[in-house]
Amino acid sequence: MTALALAPLAALALAACSGPPTPAPTARPLTVAPAADALRAPAAFDAIADRAQRSQALFVEASRVLTHPRCVNCHPADDTPRQGDDHALHDPPVVRGPFGRGIPGLGCATCHQDRNAELARIPGAPGWHLAPPSMAWLGRSPAQICVQLKDPAQNGGRTLAQVADHVANDAIVAWGWQPGADRAPAPGSQAQLAELVRAWIDTGAACPTEEAKR
Amino acid sequence: MKKLTVNGVAHEVEADDDMPLLWVLRDLLGLTGTKYGCGEALCGACTVHLDGRAVRACVTPLRRAAGHEVTTIEGLSTTGDHPLQRAWVELGVPQCGFCQAGQLMTAAALLAEIPKPTDDDIDHSLAGNLCRCGTYLRIRAAVRKAAGS
Repeated sequence: MTALALAPLAALALAACSGPPTPAPTARPLTVAPAADALRAPAAFDAIADRAQRSQALFVEASRVLTHPRCVNCHPADDTPRQGDDHALHDPPVVRGPFGRGIPGLGCATCHQDRNAELARIPGAPGWHLAPPSMAWLGRSPAQICVQLKDPAQNGGRTLAQVADHVANDAIVAWGWQPGADRAPAPGSQAQLAELVRAWIDTGAACPTEEAKR
Repeated sequence: MKKLTVNGVAHEVEADDDMPLLWVLRDLLGLTGTKYGCGEALCGACTVHLDGRAVRACVTPLRRAAGHEVTTIEGLSTTGDHPLQRAWVELGVPQCGFCQAGQLMTAAALLAEIPKPTDDDIDHSLAGNLCRCGTYLRIRAAVRKAAGS
């Protein structure tokens, strides 16, 4: 091949080098990771053919809410609620009391109202209280929380249908998406979480492995 | 008009649903024994009873109190001789006194449900009532004295 014959190829190569870079082809992920404040819908997991694995994946997605500070701060294993994204001890210092609603003289309802008190930055919802120790989520893995949710001895005697109803309709659960002040809400919405939990139950309510992280 | 009973007296007040109970008590009803401290339920100076339970009046909206019984420091005892008030005087608990109405109302709510509290009960119950003079040890002693322990 002569130099003259190579000239068009060289010109083409030069033009390619001077143009915008072409991205290298990459493998397409099975599902696209959602934004931090969003939840994937159940349909996003339809590509997982194995029913149990799909159920596990649905729970892991739901656990992005269940392990969020807006949720776990009132699900401690000890007697002290937490506050903030760093799970700081509740200030003023309060204790759980026999029914998770504080003690005489300093109950949850001493300060918390049925809705957020915006000027004072105090969160509020009807019946504000701590979850029982058997439902401790703070520091727990999605796998551990899943086992809890399915066990009536730990979940307040609820069936899975009642768990789904609680997630979909409970007023304190709803607060997680309307936390007031400058608190970051839980990902997605209560309705989206309810859809995920219903889909998890409908696919057999399989629990993820301990290695599964949200 | 919102109806509420304060210290056994029925009142009707014309105010917004979200007006803090503290403003209703102090500004509309003239009951200034309940103090404004922080306005964020962090100090306990504004503690009153709502149906016998301690609440922070500064963050309790009128709509929550409407139709219910409110007791303030003025109503703890018409003669000022509630066991806690007697113990407070006998032990000289107050220093500046600003927080003491709230301390007394919280302590009264405690004794109403736990007549013989332990020191832990007292400490936990009063943990949200701050005293800048640091009279905490005398407060605890007076609660124990009032409880007869």
